[in-house]
Amino acid sequence: MATRKTSEPFWWLLFAAGGMVAALLVPVHLLVQGLAVPLGWTSISHARMLALAGHPLVKLYLFALIALPLYHWAHRFRFILEDLGLRGLRTPIAILCYGAAVLGTVATLWVLWQI
Amino acid sequence: MTEETMTEETMTLDVTRYRPGHDRAPRTQSFTVPYRKDWVVLDALNHIKDRIDGTLSYRWSCRMGVCGSCGMMVNGVPKLTCAAFLRDYRPGPIRVEPLANFPVIRDLVIALDDFMEKLRRVKPWIIRAVEKPVSDGEYLQTPAQLDAYKQFSMCINCMLCYAACPVYGLEPAFVGPAAIALAYRYNLDSRDEGYRLREPVLSEAVGVWECTFVGECSVVCPKGVDPAAAIQRSKLAGATDWLLSMIMPWGGRR
Amino acid sequence: MTVPRVERPGLFYPKLPATWWLRNANYFRFMLRELSSVFIAVFLVVFLVQLHRLPQGPGAYAAYLETLRAPGWIIFHVVALAFALYHSVTWFNLTGVVQVVRLGERQVPPWLVAGSSFALWAVVSVVLLWFLLRG
Repeated sequence: MATRKTSEPFWWLLFAAGGMVAALLVPVHLLVQGLAVPLGWTSISHARMLALAGHPLVKLYLFALIALPLYHWAHRFRFILEDLGLRGLRTPIAILCYGAAVLGTVATLWVLWQI
Repeated sequence: MTEETMTEETMTLDVTRYRPGHDRAPRTQSFTVPYRKDWVVLDALNHIKDRIDGTLSYRWSCRMGVCGSCGMMVNGVPKLTCAAFLRDYRPGPIRVEPLANFPVIRDLVIALDDFMEKLRRVKPWIIRAVEKPVSDGEYLQTPAQLDAYKQFSMCINCMLCYAACPVYGLEPAFVGPAAIALAYRYNLDSRDEGYRLREPVLSEAVGVWECTFVGECSVVCPKGVDPAAAIQRSKLAGATDWLLSMIMPWGGRR
Repeated sequence: MTVPRVERPGLFYPKLPATWWLRNANYFRFMLRELSSVFIAVFLVVFLVQLHRLPQGPGAYAAYLETLRAPGWIIFHVVALAFALYHSVTWFNLTGVVQVVRLGERQVPPWLVAGSSFALWAVVSVVLLWFLLRG
């Protein structure tokens, strides 16, 4: 057994999963939803979006797409703050960052539940 | 051809000086040295010590890039001074400072104790449950088995990677690139059975998990070790171990 | 928690300044890479709000789309896309470093591992684009 059990591997695995999801999927979603649709290059009707998002498999996909990269952000942001010299506050920083990701996960579940 | 002529080219070295118990903080002293196109910064330092100021203190030994003694900051970059040619810094001046992130004992000499302690802690030697007696012959290893760890065995303990690592600069307890890379080297060695003994050191919070993969350690390494790769692969191995221990707490570990 | 370092008298202990990442291009690019996670997270929150508006009816959804047409949001999404692409490129390049793939006794060269990740990204992106746009 390790002399001092640390939860770091857990957060690192979530960071890695979130990073992979973000790397694979976010650029296209960003391009379409953030630029193509608002700028009128294409359109997705409300009815179609609602129908898509209502499908349980799509909800699973959306949950992974939104929740996992939040842990990726939390882990990286925590270390950004530490690398900027705030190491003394590392415990509250970790709680705030991972806590925010957990809140985001709950919010995602709640939003998807409503569709 | 032994007299220096009036028109001979020179270079200026701005060298850190620090006298313990005398100076509160390091200061810079400028020296003018002859420029020779085959000289390295170490040659310039030796010239200063031999001809100009014998009190200048610094470490060096092999002067050919295998002992790891002469690591210093040259223009803010961690380098082996025996491998930093004056001609690459012309016209100068060249700033020579002690290796970053380490306590300074005197002038360009830094305290290595922390690194030595970490090196000892990762047990960088072949560990066997039972040693083979000499009469049983050598441990056999295929070229492919050697290839698996060879790159990581090239470390000369020069500590340039620690000077390049901002995490080590901010957190001196971080085990650090070279120590982790060496632990990884022995973990990969087919003759070694010591993975479990090294694991506690690597799996601590100040072990592999402190690293944020800046990657500068691998950029400055003079022997091509790629400690950043060793650390990330150790993270993956550590996380996999952790996951397996959660799913199968009764055993199933390497 | 880490034990504070014992400082020996007479030695000079340098402190790394918080601006260390401005010292060279590699450090700066590292910070940009880490910062990309912030823009990705903000975009995902924007997306979540959009999903929240969905069941509220076509009116609420259209109003939200109208907000996203504001120049501020367009600029944000352009910047966020640049950061997201930077994340993807650096991420897939690093898969070659992190993931060692062994075939028997030989190791798959890192550039091939990274290249496969990029190929996967291309395929996934095309499929996703087709799926989103075909309606």
